[in-house]
Amino acid sequence: MRFLLLFSRQGKLRLQKWFTSMSDREKKKIIRDMTTMVLARQARSCNFLQWKDLKIIYKRYASLYFCLAVESQENELLALEIIHRYVELLDKYFGNVCELDIIFNFEKAYFILDEFLMGGEIQETSKQIVNRSIEASDIPRYLKLAFTINNC
Amino acid sequence: MPAVSKGDGMRGLAVFISDIRNCKSKEAEVKRINKELANIRSKFKGDKALDGYSKKKYVCKLLFIFLLGHDIDFGHMEAVNLLSSNKYTEKQIGYLFISVLVNSNSDLIRLINNAIKNDLTSRNPTFMNLALHCIANVGSREMAEAFASEIPRILVAGDTMDSVKQSAALCLLRLNRTSPDLVPMGEWTARVVHLLNDQHLGVVTAATSLITTLAQKNPDDFKTSVSLAVARLSRIVTSASIDLQDYTYYFVAAPWLSVKLLRLLQSYPPPEDAALRSRLTECLETILNKAQEPPKSKKVQHSNAKNAVLFEAIALIIHHDSEPTLLVRACNQLGQFLQHRETNLRYLALESMCTLASSEFSHEAVKTHMETVINALKTERDVSVRQRAVDLLYAMCDRSNAKQIVAEMLSYLETADYSIREEIVLKVAILAEKYAVDYTWYVDTILNLIRIAGDYVSEEVWYRVIQIVINRDDVQGYAAKTVFEALQAPACHENLVKVGGYILGEFGNLIAGDSRSSPLVQFNLLHSKFHLCSVPTRALLLSAYIKFINLFPEVKATIQDVLRSDSQLRNADVELQQRAVEYLRLSCIASTDILATVLEEMPPFPERESSILAKLKKKKGPGKLPDMDDSRRSVNGSTEHSENTDTTNKGSTHSFTDVLNLNSTPSSGASLLIDVFSESSAPPAAIDVSEENFPRFVCKNNGVIYENQLLQIGLKSEYRQNLGRMYVFYGNKTSTQFLSFSSSSPPQLNVHPKAADPMIEGGAQMQQILNIECVSDFRDAPVLNIQFRYGGTLQNIAVKLPVMLNKFFQPTEMMSQDFFQRWKQLGAPQQEVQKIFKAKHPMDTEVTKAKILGFGVALLDGVDPNPANFVGAGVIHTKTTQVGCLLRLEPNMQAQMYRLTLRTSRDSVSQRLCELLSDQF
Repeated sequence: MRFLLLFSRQGKLRLQKWFTSMSDREKKKIIRDMTTMVLARQARSCNFLQWKDLKIIYKRYASLYFCLAVESQENELLALEIIHRYVELLDKYFGNVCELDIIFNFEKAYFILDEFLMGGEIQETSKQIVNRSIEASDIPRYLKLAFTINNC
Repeated sequence: MPAVSKGDGMRGLAVFISDIRNCKSKEAEVKRINKELANIRSKFKGDKALDGYSKKKYVCKLLFIFLLGHDIDFGHMEAVNLLSSNKYTEKQIGYLFISVLVNSNSDLIRLINNAIKNDLTSRNPTFMNLALHCIANVGSREMAEAFASEIPRILVAGDTMDSVKQSAALCLLRLNRTSPDLVPMGEWTARVVHLLNDQHLGVVTAATSLITTLAQKNPDDFKTSVSLAVARLSRIVTSASIDLQDYTYYFVAAPWLSVKLLRLLQSYPPPEDAALRSRLTECLETILNKAQEPPKSKKVQHSNAKNAVLFEAIALIIHHDSEPTLLVRACNQLGQFLQHRETNLRYLALESMCTLASSEFSHEAVKTHMETVINALKTERDVSVRQRAVDLLYAMCDRSNAKQIVAEMLSYLETADYSIREEIVLKVAILAEKYAVDYTWYVDTILNLIRIAGDYVSEEVWYRVIQIVINRDDVQGYAAKTVFEALQAPACHENLVKVGGYILGEFGNLIAGDSRSSPLVQFNLLHSKFHLCSVPTRALLLSAYIKFINLFPEVKATIQDVLRSDSQLRNADVELQQRAVEYLRLSCIASTDILATVLEEMPPFPERESSILAKLKKKKGPGKLPDMDDSRRSVNGSTEHSENTDTTNKGSTHSFTDVLNLNSTPSSGASLLIDVFSESSAPPAAIDVSEENFPRFVCKNNGVIYENQLLQIGLKSEYRQNLGRMYVFYGNKTSTQFLSFSSSSPPQLNVHPKAADPMIEGGAQMQQILNIECVSDFRDAPVLNIQFRYGGTLQNIAVKLPVMLNKFFQPTEMMSQDFFQRWKQLGAPQQEVQKIFKAKHPMDTEVTKAKILGFGVALLDGVDPNPANFVGAGVIHTKTTQVGCLLRLEPNMQAQMYRLTLRTSRDSVSQRLCELLSDQF
């Protein structure tokens, strides 16, 4: 994996994770390219795009787009499920996660991602184990918002 | 304000975030941020020591501001402080900040590395994991240097917790990707392979990723992983899905691990051991069988995970390319997906079938799906799926179906998305050439391409058609007739005018017998387009006209009139004017014989790889195209023919450049078919090595070493003992891309392999890292050769790299007594070199001091009895030896002179150092 971006339908970046070192300039360009490319896609198109020598796998969950770039030999369908598993983990932690959760708890979104992925590879696919290690480091949860997420 | 902050919520942070969200304008946001930055700065600077919580909160705010896209230039120290906190949440924020805002500030790196080291040895698994994550996230060379040897130990130690093992494996993987030279192979590799047997599937998954990456570089060291991977895979695919508990994903057993194991197996050929091989075949068959079973869940996650494993298994089958039955089964499975209602599956099936098409076992099976694929081209709503369909048609094309596929692509081209037109044009051009049995079809196809998508027909394509027509005399008459007819259209593309002008200029005589295409008609037709064309095309047409004068004496007067007109002879464009003047003169003074010789028909072009193919390869990247090597042979027909062309070509290259350019400089944009004389045929002339800025680097390590109108090369270098690292920054000063960019350094330099990006965007900068090792003392600096294409021309630049002997100095402090003792020891006449020279620069003590320090030696105070003199000492480190060195510089202000004395244990070193340093004052 090369990078993971989360952005809203308005193109606002909500989370960026880079798995290889890149200059800020390159990052800005990629973010711009990804948002314009993905947001221009029509509904019910396929979830994959070719971009330079990378495969872009994207999926929309409610108001957020998850956009993952992988090397050309990687498995697209499984990349799609990496996104889904991340959404599940966020969901489990926040309880019906919504965009606002990620805005206000951006650091948690990064921590959860770090438990799940590392160096651009999947570290732990078991939801239970990931959750256990996140919970272990966290004071009991309270507060929850009534925004719902559509897990389709 | 939605108080959504959870867990150990930081209220201040939530308030700040919601303030930012409430900002109505960008200006308001910036204002709010500046206010916050001022606040944080004052808190950090304040007298009161901040508690951990506040520090965490402010660091987190800074992080938020950075992620919004603003620059952060403070707070690093506070973040580093958090690393040593005992509170997990504080440590965690500290690490997050460091991972996101890596700073190459070297003091900080040392502190960070210290904190990481502490956490790695803490034996607290959560702390260890944080530290490993930080290393993997940053992945810098400094970190690799500090930890690359430690992590393998953590990975294979018996008492390491599972979660730490996982982190260690992936951390090592990341370091191996960024700095492979720093990750030592060794005894641990064998133990890593055995992690494939681990009970914990999470550990196995992480280890498989690591092994796959390592095995690709050192396949022999990891051979034993094959049998272990097959065994593991077999256990997974035959397990009941509940066996694996939480590693079952929507009723699919460990899909991530399965895919990784299948990927690992793709690093190796099929197993030779028969039992192992049949066990693997069984696994693959089981996976193929499962695809036919009814789904266990209606959720898309279930089918995605299941099909992910299936596609990976197919990829392995294709990689092995040895089991015809499996290949055909795979092809049939993909055939089913071609008509699946899920767009994703159709896309992947098209993509996967592309590789199947290149296997001799399955090529025919793939071809049976041609109608479906053509249909996809017409009906798919998603352009990226259509693009895959084009790719697949291209891959499955052979002599039997070429005409149909080319026709379909041409008709698709009329409506195709603009983004993929150029690629389709290239593909059609290649297929038409490769599978042309009769070349009239080829000529028709290319002319059609120009008609339908002229704007997307690049130079390579129309150069190619001309090369082929010139090389094959059976098609020349047809080509002349066809372009003549095509040019009749009231509006035709400029590319057609170019092809038409060139071909009629060469072969117009073949159709001149027909009164409808008599010489005058041909000329008038071409000339009717003249005024609508760009300068390069007009230049080409002028060449066609002079060729007409040779072919058809009867139109000579008409053409001379045209050349003589003011609009030609006094044309504002120098190229056009020159051609008009020279052609006119040539036609007036040369005898018929001379004209016939100078303007002879073009000799056949040498055989070479189709430049179109090269272009497509470049567009798609290597490995994306099936092998099309044999396209070369089909161009010129038989081999004897090509031998012929070779001999005719010797010595004639010059004559036809001249015909085309007639004394104009070859670099003028109008030169035709310059392509033919590029790289392979015309080796770049020896170029001067630039060393203009070289002396500036003797006493410093950073700066601009080379600059011209196009390119700027900056350097940053650092040295430690006998090793050095140089960062070379190539800046493109133009607004156009540099293509085929390459730089080669002399073999004694170890060039970091990651830098070979062949393209630099206009205005962009590319970085390359050179690792340098000083093996023994030396004189000559290495030369860096750079080559790239700018516009149409190849640029060659050679730059002398400022790697000098003094770069490998380590300063040595010593007392006066020591100094004189050693000075005496180095008393042999050949060990001392002295030079007296005139000052070139103003004699300023501080500047001189800085230069001596920059030279690399320690400046010793109070050694020389005369305080105006400078004395220095240092040791030169080479791989084999160390050479101690003492120096003394005596300025004479009155005479504006210096006396420099050097003593070292080696005469060559004394000599060289003296040359280098004396030049600096």
